[in-house]
Amino acid sequence: MIDVRLGATLRSMAGGRQSFPVEAGTVGQVLERLQGAYPELSAVLDRGVAVSIDGRIYRDSLLQRVPDGAEVYLMPRVAGG
Amino acid sequence: MELEFTTRTTFDKVGTRPPRPDGTDKVTGRALYGADLAGAGMLVGKVLRSPHAHARILAIDTSRASALPGVKAVVTRDDFPGIGPDGKVKGEVEENVWDVARNVMARDKALYEGHAVAAVAATSTAVARQALKLIDVTWQVLPHVTDVDEAMKPGAPLVHEDMITAGMDPAPEEPSNIAEYTRIEMGDIEAGFAAADVIVEQTFRTEAAHQGYIEPHACVASTSEDGVAELWCCTQGHFSVRDMCANILGMDLANLRVTSSEIGGGFGGKTTVFLEPVALLLSRKSGRPVKMTMSRDEVFRASGPTSSTSITARIGATRDGRITACDASFRYQGGAFPGSPVSYGAVCGMAPYDCPNVVLDCYDVVVNRPKAAAYRAPGAPMASFAIESLLDEIAGKLDIDPVELRLRNAVKEGSSSVYGPTFGAIGFVECLEAARDHPSLEAAPGANRARGIAAGFWPNYGGQTSVTVNVNNDGTVLVSLGTPDIGGSRASMCLMAAEELQIPYERVKAIIADTSALGHNDTTGGSRVTHSAGLATIEASRRVIDTMKQRAAALWDIDVEAVVWDQGCVRPSGANAGDHEPLTFEAIAAMAPSTGGPIAGHAEINAEGAGASFAVHVCDLEVDPETGRVTVLNYLAVQDAGKAIHPDYVEGQYQGGVAQGIGWALNEEYIYGSDGVLQNPGFLDYRIPVASDLPMIDTVIVEVPNPGHPYGVRGVGETPIVPPLAAVANAVSRAIDRRMTETPMSPPRILAAIDGSP
Repeated sequence: MIDVRLGATLRSMAGGRQSFPVEAGTVGQVLERLQGAYPELSAVLDRGVAVSIDGRIYRDSLLQRVPDGAEVYLMPRVAGG
Repeated sequence: MELEFTTRTTFDKVGTRPPRPDGTDKVTGRALYGADLAGAGMLVGKVLRSPHAHARILAIDTSRASALPGVKAVVTRDDFPGIGPDGKVKGEVEENVWDVARNVMARDKALYEGHAVAAVAATSTAVARQALKLIDVTWQVLPHVTDVDEAMKPGAPLVHEDMITAGMDPAPEEPSNIAEYTRIEMGDIEAGFAAADVIVEQTFRTEAAHQGYIEPHACVASTSEDGVAELWCCTQGHFSVRDMCANILGMDLANLRVTSSEIGGGFGGKTTVFLEPVALLLSRKSGRPVKMTMSRDEVFRASGPTSSTSITARIGATRDGRITACDASFRYQGGAFPGSPVSYGAVCGMAPYDCPNVVLDCYDVVVNRPKAAAYRAPGAPMASFAIESLLDEIAGKLDIDPVELRLRNAVKEGSSSVYGPTFGAIGFVECLEAARDHPSLEAAPGANRARGIAAGFWPNYGGQTSVTVNVNNDGTVLVSLGTPDIGGSRASMCLMAAEELQIPYERVKAIIADTSALGHNDTTGGSRVTHSAGLATIEASRRVIDTMKQRAAALWDIDVEAVVWDQGCVRPSGANAGDHEPLTFEAIAAMAPSTGGPIAGHAEINAEGAGASFAVHVCDLEVDPETGRVTVLNYLAVQDAGKAIHPDYVEGQYQGGVAQGIGWALNEEYIYGSDGVLQNPGFLDYRIPVASDLPMIDTVIVEVPNPGHPYGVRGVGETPIVPPLAAVANAVSRAIDRRMTETPMSPPRILAAIDGSP
């Protein structure tokens, strides 16, 4: 079980709920199953997110493995100058 | 893709300071920038821009311009495909393409003074300019608003009549200029302030600043009759230019080849498109190559400066200097379209500190100004200006040294970040300690002089990157990159390839390849290139080594597992592998044609694992109480680079960020008249610092390796511009014993603060 949490800048887009448990083994599965199980996350997911796994931020890595029990956050996609 | 590696700590070539490979061409004037390119039969393109801050375009009559001899094409909004807000996006486009398309050419309304409304291509600059005067636009001038706080008030002129604020629950029924609201919240804010012994609160304002790149935007477009087009331009990301232009013009990505020129500065301002789709359209319509260059006036009026901001912040702390709570309202205008960097700026402001109770309200606001673009660490310097100023107030009230106050609250490995995840290995404490222990802090500043301290943060990222490492038959190596070199990345890639291949740095060259030569590359920005292109270069070099080992093993007729790569040679791994003389890199390269063909390594990756970056700046300055003039006496920039590949370039990034930050703090601002027209669109009236305005900027490179990179690299380009606004403000405020809350801290503002006038 992965306890997916929302990064601080996304929480207000999902009604204030912070924790979203899913069964998933990869980033792609996490996003797909969040989309199916939590309609309140659609606004967050539709805008595109990065995923932080144990403090390391993955921006476009659907195939990345997510260890069971990992700290997982959905984050806005960072760019920069 | 997850690359497997362990982070190295000892190096042979990385960390040295060889001459930059692009230096000779740049100092001799041979380097080709955007405006230096030319083609046979090339036309000159020019843009007609709105003289009004806000006006409906009732009609555009181009008939007189089109009839002018020498005019070969005229384009307006009617020539652009109607992609609409829900248009299908091709490629890797981060921006809202519909907004970019409407920024490139106005549709129903001109949304700011300088907004493009038509363009011509003609046989000469003089004819093109004359043609612009013959375009008749029928305007309905509308009320305008350029100030972020004014734009948020009920009854303010609406930039977009149908804009309903996103992120509010329930959604507002009436439109406004607030594009989006975001709340960042953690802990119990009331309990946090209840636990505080001291609470400080202040409102801050920063004016918009321009990146100030010396080279104006320029491009040459050439479209053939079959719809295939080539584009040469100065940009930080030619793949993104390709993708945005193709979307705006309805082209297939394969039909547009984009080559990036040398670049005379970008700093985030060249991460989007302005002229490029227009030039392609003019070329398509005229059947000739078209060159377009912005004047400096156009750069200021119509490219993308940063947001101006208004911030109200409150911080509480215990008497022993522990931060207990922070709440703040961040109001950033992003120009005429949504997308100001307000929420990321807000979290960057508080990211250096371990504060359990936080509420940050963020408002993304539209006004009648040019669409804001990225500028180093977008959004962060303004937020840090507010937060770091309040921390200085707390340090003063509690009589705690400002560095010590930050040390007591600094995040470290294992701390929860304000944006959510737990920090891994980071170097903020090490930066604070390096600043505290630096010899330059031993001397007291003196009369009318003071010292300001501030910290800064940027998260960094990796992104998509493709690199090819080609081995020539003479043993030299060519690295093909797809990330325009804006800060010395060619030299850094050569160093990393030379390190991996164990050959001399001088035997490796690097070029920036066009969009047809490599897989996709994200834009050079966000301090990502040394990390991500470096990762790809290392990976591609290791594939070269794998191939060389296979060739040598085949020659010796032994298993590839029986050979090793050592000191730039393939050797048998031991006595059991046979008695073979080592084969050098050069020897294997020379035999390549007869042992299987060319040797090359490729890496196409999505680089992850970028390490967060922290900086601490110390500014000593003097304020002339008679004139309000500020003289910066000494400046120290300390920052964690993870591992400095080429220390000259790392120090250059630190110094450049400081120089730009000092300019933003003391002089630079967009000044609008009551008519919404920009009053200072030139370097004479928009004053960036020159060498004589600045002291030698001292640097300290802290190296806490990033475990997400095989050499420990962290991006360094963004963070150096985050602390200077606050470092300068804290020094000025201490020098005059008045809190400075607005940038720029120009002489009139400082004199007004000294006099106590508003």
